[in-house]
Parts: sequence; C-alpha cells; structure tokens
Amino acid sequence: MDARVKPPPIGFGGLFTPPGRRSLTETASPRMTGEFGAPASYIVSMRPQDILLPVAAGLCCKPGGFHIDPVRPVERAVITHGHSDHARAGHGAVLATQETLDMMRLRYGEHFAGLTQAIRYGEEIRLGDVTVKFHPAGHVLGSAQIAVSCKDTCIVASGDYKDAPDPTCTPFELVPCDVFITEATFGLPVFRHGDAADEVKKLLASVALFPERAHLVGAYSLGKAQRVIALLRQAGYDAPIYLHGAMETITHYYQIRGIELGELRPAKGVKKAALAGTITLAPPSATSDLWTRRFPDPLTAFASGWMRVRARARQRGVELPLVISDHADWDGLTATIGATGAGEIWVTHGQEDALVHWCQSKGLKARPLDLVGYGDEEESETPIEGEAEA
Amino acid sequence: MNRFAELLDRLAYEPGRNNKLRLITGYFREVGDPDRGYALAALTGALSFKHAKPALIRDLIAARTDPVLFGLSYDYVGDLSETVALMWPKQAHGNNESFPGYPSPQPSPTSAFALRASTDERGEGAQRSTAQSPDASVTIAKQSKREGHTSLTVPSPLVGEGQEGGYRGRDTNVSSHPSNHNSPPPPSLTEVVTTLRTLGKTELPRQLERWLDELDETGRWALLKLVTGGLRIGISARLAKTAVAALGDKDPHEIELIWPGLAPPYLDLFAWLEGRAEKPVNRDPAPFRPVMLAHAIEDMDFAALDPADYIAEWKWDGIRVQAVAGRDDRGHITARLYSRTGEDITGSFPDLVPALRLPGAIDGELLILREGRVQSFNVLQQRLNRKVVSPKLIKEFPIHLRAYDLLGDDENDLRELPFAERRERLETFIAKLDDPRIDLSPTIPFASWEALTAARADPASAGAGEDADAVEGVMLKRRDAPYMPGRPKGQWWKWKRDPHIIDAVLMYAQRGHGKRSSYYSDYTFGVWTAGDGGDELVPVGKAYFGFTDEELLQIDRFVRRNTTEKFGPVRHVVHEPDKGLVLEVAFEGLQRSPRHKSGVAMRFPRISRLRWDKPPREADRLETLERMLKAEAAEIEA
Repeated sequence: MDARVKPPPIGFGGLFTPPGRRSLTETASPRMTGEFGAPASYIVSMRPQDILLPVAAGLCCKPGGFHIDPVRPVERAVITHGHSDHARAGHGAVLATQETLDMMRLRYGEHFAGLTQAIRYGEEIRLGDVTVKFHPAGHVLGSAQIAVSCKDTCIVASGDYKDAPDPTCTPFELVPCDVFITEATFGLPVFRHGDAADEVKKLLASVALFPERAHLVGAYSLGKAQRVIALLRQAGYDAPIYLHGAMETITHYYQIRGIELGELRPAKGVKKAALAGTITLAPPSATSDLWTRRFPDPLTAFASGWMRVRARARQRGVELPLVISDHADWDGLTATIGATGAGEIWVTHGQEDALVHWCQSKGLKARPLDLVGYGDEEESETPIEGEAEA
Repeated sequence: MNRFAELLDRLAYEPGRNNKLRLITGYFREVGDPDRGYALAALTGALSFKHAKPALIRDLIAARTDPVLFGLSYDYVGDLSETVALMWPKQAHGNNESFPGYPSPQPSPTSAFALRASTDERGEGAQRSTAQSPDASVTIAKQSKREGHTSLTVPSPLVGEGQEGGYRGRDTNVSSHPSNHNSPPPPSLTEVVTTLRTLGKTELPRQLERWLDELDETGRWALLKLVTGGLRIGISARLAKTAVAALGDKDPHEIELIWPGLAPPYLDLFAWLEGRAEKPVNRDPAPFRPVMLAHAIEDMDFAALDPADYIAEWKWDGIRVQAVAGRDDRGHITARLYSRTGEDITGSFPDLVPALRLPGAIDGELLILREGRVQSFNVLQQRLNRKVVSPKLIKEFPIHLRAYDLLGDDENDLRELPFAERRERLETFIAKLDDPRIDLSPTIPFASWEALTAARADPASAGAGEDADAVEGVMLKRRDAPYMPGRPKGQWWKWKRDPHIIDAVLMYAQRGHGKRSSYYSDYTFGVWTAGDGGDELVPVGKAYFGFTDEELLQIDRFVRRNTTEKFGPVRHVVHEPDKGLVLEVAFEGLQRSPRHKSGVAMRFPRISRLRWDKPPREADRLETLERMLKAEAAEIEA
C-alpha cells in the first residue's frame, strides 16, 4: 500500500477542508479518490501504523497526506503547539490553532509557512482519507492534541500535555481512543509535581525573607513564564513583575489573548537599586550570565519539572528550585493513559523505557516511537546571543 | 518534620553564609519548642541514635514498587534517599497500584468532560494529600476502583478531602474509622527524634514506613537522610549556633560558652534568647572558652608598633585546640579537647586525655611528635578525620600538645590577666604537669623588628632548631593583652612565613556559585612538563580566591574572550606557549596525590597575582614542584 498512497498535491487554498465540503484537492485529483476508494474489508483491517508512521521528518499520516509536528520542512504540517521543537518554519502549509499560528508568526516572521489554516478545539476536518480533530492539551496557550480517525480506528497524538490546572490555557481534555501517543518527558515515577501554587508560595516567602535581593525566575519564555506570572497574581502578588527582553513579545501576546497578567515592566533600563525585592522572569539561560549583574544580589530561581531532582537543580546553580511543570508528571501520564481506554500506547520523547514498561505491566500494548528532534523545551532554549558585556 | 525538611532543602541550595543564617534564624523564630531545639541539635550534630542501613531503605521501596521502575529511577536520580523520597507510592497496599481498569472507549463528549472535571478538581494538592493516609487511601483506592467502571474518574478527587481536619491523636486506631477524614498528621521532628532514640531495631522498618506514608516528598527526603546519617548540608555547628544567637541578638560566643552545659531540645536556651528566662549556667566541669584570634600583620603595621610591647613565639603548623580539664561534682577530673570553633574532638585523640590531669584550660597547638621532633602538617593530616582511632594509628602518629596560653588555672579564670602574666602562670602549670605529651611553646627573644624578621626568615637558627619545618610563621602578642574572644584589634598579630609561589598557566575556568554565578571564578591551572610531542601543560591545582574584585573582572573578561571549548559550565581557555594567562599561585604545601594527573596536590592554593607581563612559555615546570615534594614526602614516610 505504501507505493500506492501519495500525498495530495500541494498549492491550493483550503487544503484542510471540513468534512461535508469537498476539497479542491479531491475534485482536482480524481486519482486520489480512486486510490482511497479501496474495498471496505481492506480499510477495516487497517493497522494503526498504516494511519500514522514515524519517519525521519516526524509522524507521518500517509492516508491523510500530512505530518504531525514535523522536524523538517514538509508539504503539509499539522502542529500541536508553538514550542520550537514542535513548530518549525518552512512548511508548505500549516494547520494549527489560531494561537499556535500566531506564536509561529511572532517567532519566525510573517512568512513562516506557505499557507496557514486555523482550527478550533472540537473542530473536525477531513484530510484525504482521515478526519482530524483538535482537542485542548493543557500544555500552553493554544496547545492541542490531534485525534486522527480513519474508519473505525482513532489515534490521538497528544503532543506535550499536562492534566494539572493552568490559568493561562484551556484545560486538558481526555479523548478516548484506540491508540494514544504520549510524551514521556517526565516518564519516571520520581517525577511527581506538587501543587504549583505551593511553589509560588515558596517564591513569595523568599521574596519576603530577602527583600534586598532581586529574585530572578528562570522560566521558558512560551507558556511557563506566563503561567508563573498568572500564579503569582492568583497568590495575591500585585507588584509590577519585570521581564527579560526575550519574554516581552510572547507575554504581550498572552495579554492580547485576554490572559490577565497584571502590571509588567521591562527589566532593561531599571536602576539596580530599584530592582531590590522585585521578581523578574527570564529565560533559563540568562539567569546565570552577565545579564544578571544588573540586579542587586540576585537570587536564582528556576521553574521547571526538572527541579524535582536536586542534582539537576544544583548542577544549574539554582538557589530556589520551583517544581512547576507544563508536562504531565508520572501520575498524570499513567492516569491519562489508563483513562483514554486505548489498548495500544506509543511513547515519544523522554523517558520512554519506564513508561513502556509500566504500560506493559498493565497489559497494554506499548512501544517507544523513535522520533528525533523533540526534547524538553527548556533544555533546547538557545543561550542569549553574544553574551554582551553589561 | 515537614517544616524542618523545608529548611534543610532550602539550605542545601543556598550558597551564601549570611543567607543561610537568615534562613535558620527565621526557622527558629517561626517554629516553637521543642521542635526547633531538635532542629538545632540536628544542625550541630548533637543528635545521637543508631543509623539505619541503606539496605533497609532498599527493602522498604522494593516492597512497594516495580523493581524495573525503581532501577530506572535510581539510575536517573543517583541518590538512594532522594529516589525513595520521590517515588514513594502514595498507596499503602503494596505493589497493587490503584488502576481503575480501562473503561471501554466511549467517544462521547460527556465522558470526556466528566474526566476533565475531575482532573481539574484533582489539583495537585490532592496528590500530596494521599501520601498522608495509608489506611484511608486504601479505602479511597477501592472506592475509585469501583467507580472506575461507571465513570472515567481516574485520579480520585475524594482523596483531597479531610486534609485540614485537625489532629485527632496518633493513638486513635485509624482503621476503626471507616471515614477517610482521619489522616494522621505527618510526624513532628520531635516525634521522629524521640522515637528513633528508643526504637528497637526490629520495629524500625515499620515505623519508617508509617512516617514515609505521612510525610511529603521533602519530608521523606529529610527523614531518610536523618535516619541514614547522611545529613550533609554544608552547615557547621558554629553557623547554627550563630543563627540561634541572632534570635536573641546575642554574640555567638555567649552560646559557645554555655553550650557544653546544654542538651536538646534546649528549652532553657530558647527561653533566655527570647527574654523569658535567665541565661542558662554552664555546669560542665570542662567548658569551652571562645577562642582569641590574631590579625595578619602587614609591612606598614610595624611602624606603629613598639617591639618592647610584644612577646613573640612560633606559629606552629598544626591544629589550634583548647584542652580543658575540670572536676565534676564528685571531684573526678573530666578532660575535653575542643577545636577552635568549640567542637568537642576529644574522641579523636584519646591518647592525649590522660595527660590532662590538672584542672585548667590550655590554649595550644596539636602536633605529631616523633622522637621529640615536630612533624609537618602533612603528617598530622594522616591522623585527622578518621572514623576509627586504632592503636596502630595512635602509635604511628603520636599526638602532642604545645601550649601557648593558660585561660584557667583550677578554679581561677585567668582571661582578664595580661598575657605576660598568663604566660608565667602557663610556665608554672606546664612544669607542674610534667608530662611528655604536653610542652611549652618557646618564645622568641628579639629587641627590634629587624631581629624578628631575621628569626622568621630562619627559624632553625633562632631557636626552632630541627622543628623549623613545622613553623608556619611568627605570632606577636601584646604583653598586656587580656584573652578576648574573637579577633580584637591590635592585640595579637600573625606574621606567616612567606608562601610557596609558582607561576602557572590558566587552563580551564568554571562559573562560581551564588553571587559569583555570572563570573568565571574557579580556575584550573597547570605547569609545563615533557610530553610525547614536546612540552605540554599538566593541571596541578584549582583556585577560586586570592584575587581582588577588579582582578576577577579582568580574568572573567579574559576567559570569555579566549575560550577554545565549552563543556557545560566549564570553559577551556587558550593555553599555548605564547597565548594564555599566567597566574602567580601561592600555596602552603604540597602533597603527592594519585587523584591528580600531575601526581601533586597543593595545600591552600590561591591566586596571588596576575602575570599579564609573562608569556605562558616562561611559567614554571612540574619538576620544580616535584623537588619540593621530595623533601616533604620523605618526612611522612619517616
């Protein structure tokens, strides 16, 4: 079947068409319809890997003619969320939520893809021989799980997700399915993230204890930073919060989308003494470099699920580790896997071994998906350009 | 226990001394008796109970978790206590993790929402709370198991309930209450400490298991560190005492004075610090007295000093100690040896104790004496930090006390007397003691600074004789100086022998910690040696102080501009014959070290100067160090 299935040609608007409306592609290419009009018996026996298959460019849906979160430029990309390891520039066409598209535009510029199409949560679209439906993933603003259905088989590619509350994005939605593709960033039973509100309390207690010091909170600039700010506001902290320059654009975008973040100020140009007792959000790589010298006796905090492990925190020279994660922890992963009802689990980036082992011990079919190019966004965040003397 | 654990956790990350102090003082202020007293005992090493073996901890976790998952987790985390603390399963029913069965796929939006609602409610606090009630969570797990078939509720939101429902007494039999509103609260530090003291070995596993179920992650981590005796958090006893002193705005020396008479949980101490009671009286027959220290003298200081006002003596390169003997209520002699910070080190030097048979307090230096000759610090080091002081060790490294000063003579406190007078009393005291293990540190006769300079330059011919190698410099003490705690100005001066100096080449630089985390402030330096392809640099040491703030900025800039490779926080800095930075490194001594490629390790290395003027090819060679080493090594083996 591999030889017969070809992605539909590219180059028309409305590539991603809702069901019920015949797409231009299909009309223009009767050859395709013919090919997908295979005998029903053949289709019913379709195996999950005939629907989605890991290839070098990412997760490929041959019957739908697209890739999910491709790491190389492809003709048609369906993207789960805006983090740079999932959302890359240079695709022919991109289908994603409005927020994800906007974030890509902010990061890569106006021409990050040939064509774009926005899709809402709960919206269903027919692509080739499959239907694609987006569901909230609870990871960051606009993040989605993608349910790909073909005949009787439903596969959910969940991208990155978390089942913990987050004031800055739509909560995770459970999507029952036959095959669940899960991340495993924190796929070890040692990763159990507590209540993020408690971590923020720790930060505020530290600010109260050291009012003459500046608190620098390392946080990934898309999602984590805004969540920390929102949590600080929820905890009643109403002083201005300062931002590293690299955070301003995306944070402003969150505000435009109606996320209340209170008064935010750029840290740049503020007198050193005036930063005593303040909280500043910065990309993790900035919190241990020259940039920090503008702050009075800076205290370095870092908001990340990795902070659960002391050695990781110490390695980075973090003084105040805050266990706040935008990924599901071990309990979240295992609870979600169980609840989807999926009989087969594909495990992508992270600690695949442990999660695959767990699934198998629970009688589930499970295998690691060898996808390269995805990682923890905090690890991949590039250092600040040039380390300018400051 | 959780609050104490939080303190330990925070201290473990805090690099600054002052900030550590504030964290500890804040804890003492916030936490009541007797918990804070046991915390003080834990921080000062004053707690004693039999430690649990790691094997016991492994057994506990093995009974509850999948061995593969534990193995993978342990590999990742790398620390047993921490791995167990992190992955300790909430449910108290063995391997039987609650897994609510798989509901068959119901692709209807209602069921999806049902789950969403419950995950929202779940909050993360609920997760934690389950850990606190082993018995109750069994019930809950069963409940959610039942419910699993009818709804998609996975992480049961029920478990969050009843958390704030206060303490109902530990003795209440939880299982007799079917409701899950009766979680036992986590144990207090007091409960842990007092229970561990009396608990039998066979009861320990069950007790630990109970506590692990009740505590949160940080609490479990601290508990496991405490019971296995692995509580290494970079806090000295002195720092903890300084922090507690700050609670009552007192001088830490006052605490040191009364400390030997105090015992956990220090209720009398806290009452005094909070102004609720009189100062506790030290009834210890052999108490520690806060030590008097000297300032380093600079060349320009001499002009203002009159040689006639001072007595000079050798500064011996050993360990400064206070040897105290006193009579208890029954008239028996108690003898103790204290470090200069007041730590009781008597146990490490049992061979000295019999010599301390006259009531009094001697300020002196611990040395190793072989055939009447003082050995170098390297030799003394062989006797330090040993867990077991074997008869062999005692025989090979016979300990000796060289006396500088007398602070107490029988019942009399001599500290208010002028030094010259105390010195006379000391001479009488040592003569009366007449013990080969204790002798008098000789004074150096001198009439002018020039004469003393000459003596310092050549101790061997100025009275130190064969012991000259163990002389670290000269001490100057004002004749009229009383014995005052701390480092009072103008009373005592130390004039150290000039350090060894080499010129080495900067090879690698690493970022510092805390305030220095944005600076490359830890430097690995090397010297030249013949390699296969001609001369090459071999690292001989690491230094992270000695430079001024301005010099730090200069080196930092140099490192950033001349990095050849980066490995995480470490940068390789250019080091070629004609390109690189030469550092003048001062150090106190050398030791052979199989751990270093060069085979040598420096004692107390620091950057004394930046030699921008010197090309790396002119830096020192390893042979220079080896020559120095030969002289010292011969001594250890002697």
